[in-house]
Formats: sequence, structure tokens, C-alpha cells
Amino acid sequence: MLEISNLHAGIEGREILKGLNLSVQAGEIHAIMGPNGSGKSTLAKVLAGHPSYVITKGEVTYQGKNLLELSPDERARQGVFLAFQYPIEIPGVSSANFLRMAYNEIRKHRGEEELDPLEFDDLLREKMKVVEMDTSFINRSVNEGFSGGEKKRNEILQMAVLDPALAVLDETDSGLDIDALRIVANGISKLATPDKAIILVTHYQRLLNYITPDFVHVLYQGRIAKSGGKDLALELEEKGYDWIREAESDRRVTA
Amino acid sequence: MSTIEALANREYKYGFVTDIESETVPRGLTEETVRLISTKKGEPEWMLEWRLKAFRNWLKMVEPVWANVHYPRIDYQNIIYYSAPKPRELKESLDEVDPALLETFEKLGIPLSEQKMLSGVAVDAIFDSVSVATTFRDKLAKVGVVFCSFSDAVKEHPDLVRRYLGSVVPYTDNYFAALNSAVFSDGSFCYIPKGVRCPMELSSYFRINNSESGQFERTLIIAEEGASVSYNEGCTAPKFDRNQLHAAVVELIALDDAEIKYSTIQNWYAGDADGLGGIYNFVTKRGKCLGRNSRISWTQVETGSAITWKYPSCILQGDNSIGEFYSVALTNHRQQADTGTKMIHIGKNTRSRIISKGISAGHSINSYRGLVKILPKADNSRNYSQCDSLLLGAKCSANTFPYIEVNNNTSKVEHEASTSKISEEQIFYCNQRGLSTEDAFSMIINGFCKEVFRELPMEFAVEATRLLQMKLEGTVG
Repeated sequence: MLEISNLHAGIEGREILKGLNLSVQAGEIHAIMGPNGSGKSTLAKVLAGHPSYVITKGEVTYQGKNLLELSPDERARQGVFLAFQYPIEIPGVSSANFLRMAYNEIRKHRGEEELDPLEFDDLLREKMKVVEMDTSFINRSVNEGFSGGEKKRNEILQMAVLDPALAVLDETDSGLDIDALRIVANGISKLATPDKAIILVTHYQRLLNYITPDFVHVLYQGRIAKSGGKDLALELEEKGYDWIREAESDRRVTA
Repeated sequence: MSTIEALANREYKYGFVTDIESETVPRGLTEETVRLISTKKGEPEWMLEWRLKAFRNWLKMVEPVWANVHYPRIDYQNIIYYSAPKPRELKESLDEVDPALLETFEKLGIPLSEQKMLSGVAVDAIFDSVSVATTFRDKLAKVGVVFCSFSDAVKEHPDLVRRYLGSVVPYTDNYFAALNSAVFSDGSFCYIPKGVRCPMELSSYFRINNSESGQFERTLIIAEEGASVSYNEGCTAPKFDRNQLHAAVVELIALDDAEIKYSTIQNWYAGDADGLGGIYNFVTKRGKCLGRNSRISWTQVETGSAITWKYPSCILQGDNSIGEFYSVALTNHRQQADTGTKMIHIGKNTRSRIISKGISAGHSINSYRGLVKILPKADNSRNYSQCDSLLLGAKCSANTFPYIEVNNNTSKVEHEASTSKISEEQIFYCNQRGLSTEDAFSMIINGFCKEVFRELPMEFAVEATRLLQMKLEGTVG
């Protein structure tokens, strides 16, 4: 579904991703871990097409197409979803309207009929159960005045409604208390179906107590330094990232 | 350059001129001009006297310069003060109205034939200096509502006109109100008798066609005890390279338990991208809550005019009366707007609410100016004001000039203000959910204006949304 090869990208003239390779198939859950500044969030934003990031080298193929040629909204309509680390507030725009507009854009793209507000309301209420969202949420402005936990739940709700083929979750677990973490994690698990791929960008292993990844990758200095199964996450939790740093500097010395 | 900065604008689609023979008075303004206008309209002596007093007063006044707007001095002797399509007699039925005029209004989206109109809206159509048609007059008359041109009101309802004309905006009030009082040519008159809720929306549509004439109309709305009415006004003008003066006066009077809701969508020609041409919209609008428990609500969406100078206000005289002002002012290119309101609390337990949303783009200057004045006897009066500005681009400006004067220590006055920009992150967030940049932009702007738009009657709200979209088209690159 997604093939990233030798990806170099940066912001304001500073290169952050330095030759990243990653292959993701439908039905897989990949966890991307790594220390601060290793390029995790950059990868998430580059995949979604954030305009501030510049791709200097490499290729990204999504469902057989060159992803980098598509505008951010086009990517979204074709099923790429990013759950933001810091979801954005849009004052005056109700969450229900926002989501309905987004949902209908995707339906239009698929050649399906748009849903009217009443039809959409039924769908939305159904999906809200996935993240145990209170119904008052519908009329509140997008993310405005939401707590950190509500914002993250809202991201997962949007994912549930928009039903993407590829979901990139950027530190969706950060800033959540234990109950919110459980709700969000359960929500993600319910959405992880065999036709979808999920990339979890995370700092900590704790999210992975709820969601079992098929692959764990350690991102270090803009490249994937180590890949493994779910045990790798536990190993990182125990040993920290220092041993990766050491292994990497050894590799450079020998190289 | 950021995505939000590139500027262009869609063609002003109301910029056409109707080719019609007009009858005009000679250029310039003297006592003779005033007499001539009055004669042409066949007015009674008292009306002429009132005009002349206003004119003599105007001669002693000076043009105000305190507004945050800049324009070359207006030569008042180079304006044509009266222009009417020929033949100028008012028509009994639409069959007798010049087809060119009907076509003009049809093109503006205001069909005047009653079969074609939205069934819930009665329209008074004003072309340059005269009212060309008023629809649904008979139907309204059945419930006692008078809705007609100002000229007809002077003839048919002289007592009402004499009692209320100038009672809210006296001709001594300000320079432009005095000028209007001397030379006003037409406008709308509306009277809702005791206990009647007006069964349909009333509206006036103003059209300036002549390139050298000013438009000076007057609107007078009276809601008797327990009456209520919702009134809408719309305006457009052709594109001309020179500026035209529009100096209107609107007076509203609400008696005990009466309610008047006045909504405006102002889309006068704004001039081109370099600021050439456009309307000078210098307007005095004021309502008086004369009776107890009365309510006057102003809602305006100001998108046109080269310069806007306008402060729809409420005098809260009756105890427990309520004044409201909801405004969206959008300026683009070289437009300048200095607009806001005055809430004068006189009676006890009076309440007022001000919601102002300014959107500036291009090189425009957008100012909110408002006065909240609590008089000594206005016990327990309340005001809440909120002024929000949204900047699109780096070359425009937004200003807020709130004046607050409190003379009663049981009153409570609140003022909130904010200035924001549409961030690239907001746009990216919307893009990531599948919305195009244009759609994201207009959704965010509509969200910003929501508190005001929801005060508009349904059809108007749809038009306002569409209008903002059109005005801002191209501001996203």
C-alpha cells in the first residue's frame, strides 16, 4: 500500500529525514518510535503533504501512485489520514458540519451520493460510540475549548468517520490520562481492519499495551535504524534509546 | 508569499448601467435646488419648509473629519441631487412600469412581479432618486400595514410623517443627515399598527444608476404598541470611474413591546483594485426604543462601497428596552470602512449587545467605532460588546475604537476584542480532511461571522454567505 524509498526531506533548509525506507501493506500496524528530534513527526507531516516541508530526494508510492505529486486535500480524499499531534481549533465551525463537509468530499471523490445533515447525524452518532464521545460535542466548534484528551479523541472519531485506507497517528497517545488512553487505543483497535494500514508514531511503549503492532521501527537521525516485532518496543522501554545511538555511531565508524 | 496573500477579485456582477432616459435637476445645491425637488415631488408646504430649515442648517455645518477614512474633498456643487427615470409618475400597477426598469431589477435578482417573487417578501424598489415599484401593498394593507415609498407617505399619511420625521435623527444631527434632510428624494415608509406582527418580510432595494447623481433616501419605520416587523435592505450600483455619494437616513421608532429587526446587505460598487471609483456610503441610521420592553435589532453585512461611514444606533429610552447590533464588515483592495454603533441607555434595565466582525484583506482599512453610553437614570443597565477582527494578508489594517461612558454605578458594561489571522495550519488541517483550500477558507470565514449571520433572515443569510465567498474569491492563492 505504501512504499517509501530513500526519502530525504526537511524544513527551512534543514534536512531531517535522511534516506528513510519503509514498506507498509494493508492490514498491518506499524509503530514508529524514536528519541526526540529523530524525525517522527516530520515523517507524518510529509506523508500528509504539509506545505512547509520540502522533499529533496526519494520516492513515496501510495496505492501505486506517486503520493508526492498529490495536493494535501487530494491525498486525504484518496484515503490518507493524519491524526494530528496538536489538533487545530476552528472557531465558529461546528464539529458536525466540519466532519460532514469532509465526509462528503470523500464520498464525492468515490462517486457516491453526498449525505444530508440528517443522514450524516445518524452515522456520526454511531461512530461517536467508538471513542465514547459525549453528544454535546456535535455542536461545539472544531477543537475549540477541548481538553487535550478530547482533541485526541476527536482525531480518532474523524478517522472513524472518514474511514481512511492509510492512517498515520502522530503521538495520539501523548498527553492522555490512563482512561483516555484506553478509550483512544480501543477506538484505534476497532478501526484496524484487514483492508487498512496504520502507522503509529509514538514516544512510549504504553500505547502498544493496547494495540499490538506487527512491526516496530526505531527512527534515529532521519533514518530507520532498527526494525523488529512487538518485542522491540519492550526492549526500548527497558533500555532506552542509548543502545541504538551507540549501535548507529559504531555503524558510521565502520562505514 | 503565503497561500492567503495573493489578491485578485471576481468581477462585480452588478456593475452594469441601465440605458434609460432620466430627468435630472441641474448640477449643484442651492435653496432653488431644494425647492425644485420639492416641487417635482408635489410636496405640501410643511415638507418644503422642513427641507429648507435643514438646508440652511447644513450651510452652517462642516464636514466631519474624525473618521479613520481618507478621501479628497467632495465638491457638493458638482453633484446632481435628483435623477429620475422618465416618465416619473408612480405606477399603479407593474404593467405600467418601464420594462427596462423591471429588467434591471430582475437582473439584480429582485424580480418585481409578484408571481415570481419569494412569497414571503414585499419589496420597495428604488432606482436613483425614486421608488419605481412597491410590491404586495394591497395584501399588507389588509392587516393595516402601510408599506410604500416615502413620497406616497408624505401625501397619504402626512400626520404620521410629520410626527416622526426627524424625531430620531434631527436635521441638526450631523453634516450628512442635514444634507439628506434637505435633498432626500425618496425612500421607504413602513407603519405597523398596534398589535400586528407584519405577516411578511419587508425589503427595500436601492439601485444607483446615474454616474453623477447622489442617492439620498430616507426610510422611516414605525412599530406601534406590540407590533413587530422584520425589514431588509439591499443595495448595488454600476461600475463608474468616479465616486458617487450616498447619504441616507434611516429612522426606526418602536413603541411599548414593539420589535423592529432591520437587516442590511450592502454591496455598493467598491471601486476597482486600485481604488478608482466606488460609492461613498455616508449613512445615518438610528432607532429609538421609545416604549417599555421594546426591542430594536440591527444586522448589517457591509461588503461594498469605497468608503463606509455608518453607525446604526439605538436610543434605549423605554424601561427594559433592548438594543442589538450585529455586524460583518468586509473590506478588500483599497476599501475603507469606519463603522460601528452607538447604544445610548436612558431607561432602567435597558440592555444592549454589540457583536462586530471585521474582515480586512488587500490594502484596506477596517475600523470599528462604537459608543456605549449609560445615562444617570439607567439603573441596572447592561451592555456586552464583542469586536473581533480577522486579517487576511499583511497590508491591510484593523482598528477598534470603543468609547464607553458610564454615569450609573448599578450598570454593567463588558467589552471583549480579538484580532486573528487565518493560519496556514488551519488550512492544512482542513486540507488533510479532504477540503480544498477555497472551501476551507470560506468555511473558516463563515465560522468567524456565524454569530452575525444567524441573525439574518434565511434568504439573506444564504445571500450573505455567497457574497462573502464572491468578494474573497482569489484572496487564496
